[in-house]
Amino acid sequence: MKIIRAIEQKKPEFRAVYVETLMELMESNPNVVNLDADLVGASGAAKLFKKYESRCINMGISEANMIGAAAGMSLTGKIPFIHTFAPFATRRVMDQLYMSGVYSNSNIKIYGSDPGFWAIHNGGTHTTMEDLALTRALANITILAPSDATQFKWCIKKAADTYGVFYIRAGRKSFVDLYDSSSQFELGKGIILEQGKNVVIYAIGEMVAEAYKAREILLKEGIEVAIVDMFSIKPFDEKIVKEMSQGKSLVITAENHSKYGGLGSAVAEVLAENAMSTPLRRIAVQDRFSEVGTADYLQKVLKIDANAIVEVIQSSLKTD
Amino acid sequence: MNKENTVRFAKEIRLETAKMLMMRGFGHLGGSFSIVETLAVLYNDIMNINPSDPKSEDRDWFVLSKGHAGPALYATLALKGYFPKDWLMTLNDNGTRLPSHPDRLRTPGVDCTTGSLGQGSSQAVGVAKSFQMDNKPNRVYTIIGDGELNEGQVWEAFQFAAHQKLDNLIVFIDENHKQLDGLTKDIINPFDIRLKMEAFGFNAMRVDGNDVEAIYNAIQKAFLVKEKPSVIVLDTIKGQGVEYFEKMFDNHHIRFAGESEMMLKDAIEILEKEVSE
Repeated sequence: MKIIRAIEQKKPEFRAVYVETLMELMESNPNVVNLDADLVGASGAAKLFKKYESRCINMGISEANMIGAAAGMSLTGKIPFIHTFAPFATRRVMDQLYMSGVYSNSNIKIYGSDPGFWAIHNGGTHTTMEDLALTRALANITILAPSDATQFKWCIKKAADTYGVFYIRAGRKSFVDLYDSSSQFELGKGIILEQGKNVVIYAIGEMVAEAYKAREILLKEGIEVAIVDMFSIKPFDEKIVKEMSQGKSLVITAENHSKYGGLGSAVAEVLAENAMSTPLRRIAVQDRFSEVGTADYLQKVLKIDANAIVEVIQSSLKTD
Repeated sequence: MNKENTVRFAKEIRLETAKMLMMRGFGHLGGSFSIVETLAVLYNDIMNINPSDPKSEDRDWFVLSKGHAGPALYATLALKGYFPKDWLMTLNDNGTRLPSHPDRLRTPGVDCTTGSLGQGSSQAVGVAKSFQMDNKPNRVYTIIGDGELNEGQVWEAFQFAAHQKLDNLIVFIDENHKQLDGLTKDIINPFDIRLKMEAFGFNAMRVDGNDVEAIYNAIQKAFLVKEKPSVIVLDTIKGQGVEYFEKMFDNHHIRFAGESEMMLKDAIEILEKEVSE
């Protein structure tokens, strides 16, 4: 695994990365097909639909059929990439994901866009805080939550090259750039981005950048924070959690997801199963729904931003 | 088609299905028996198959969307030589390769995993779309239950099939008029299924699902229709082929004991005689 921290903040939109990467994949592999459920305007895939008309299918607003049909196509050798919003790619189609997807060992690649607070003005109805909890419970699936554009691109390519069901969750807008474009990753391997002796933060997606912001603030107070990008939710890097949690005063998880069933739960399982006594605090959506609002506003009210991380670390270290 | 042959094949399928259920002591008899004639026509007279190479690329695909009729499919596949006939006696055994609902990873000849109702329809349209994209001649056949029409997903799949002009797809709807809890018309009335399917953009026919010749002829007609998927609504009887079970009201899943066990034994004896003639 070769990781180069990027210095520039290029911020390409994730949806642009999705389309650009699929453009490359469709060019090089005639089996790659693209399916969307009446959200081509949202994913920006119109360019793909124009260039590869016969290999791009608008399935209409019928996500259950989209998952099932994609599974059927994959059994004949196609590699279907599917896009819809994260709640409809998971919550709405759980049974299709199960039977036509993982249980059948089909080969489908799902981009669930705008998970968590990224639903912004679509509001609570379109928000999923449960997608990782739901998909983690499935056997025979790979779940990825990339934290920057380079990593997202790698995830898409890896999905194309690896047989099986992939669920990739990410917003459509830009995230902060973390990795140089030549960075390489591995399935099931977390990435140690920063070392720090007091606290370790395991973060995914957009929350990696929030962890960085928190780290800067805490450094001024003499608190040293390590940061690990856990983009590979399944397979999960248990080894890195064990190693990095060892000797710390506090373990933090940070995710744009419910505190139940996602990254926080995965880390808690590792700590508990290895009898590690380091206290754990989960920066995640508490047991509540979301609402409409801007991303900044929602991150604040859902308490999943840098400030929330700082506050939890400060108060936890104080009481300890 | 050689009608006599196909009628005999149907009897063999029904016999083997009955023997499996007898051995197990319970099972989905009603919906297995109602599709026997259709399976006989498909596997005897219609489909391009290669039992010694179940995954051959040029094969036609079959999706049993009403997966609970798995035993009838297993009987058909075994008789065609996809796997040894003695496997049939392992239905639902611990560790079996023949689970109650078809599993493509366990059983040679099973193209798609089904059982959660509605999902086979989508897999079938996906497979058909794939062949259409590649201009391949493979055809796709799927059997959907009339009770299964309760599931919204099948209507999503039907809209897709018609919109995509999947003329390589033939959908069979097994209208045996019953679902687990009773008559379809009393639970969620499907009304006129053929008319519905026509309105959905299908070339839609309705035939006596007990008549192998009628089924065969309808399929031949479907082959002539271009740029439209076809549907053949099968007018069948749940428990078809054995009068006692046809008349039994709750015949979706039967536990064979007392009278029903005796009647199944009788049916097996009669079918054995007919098949050996």
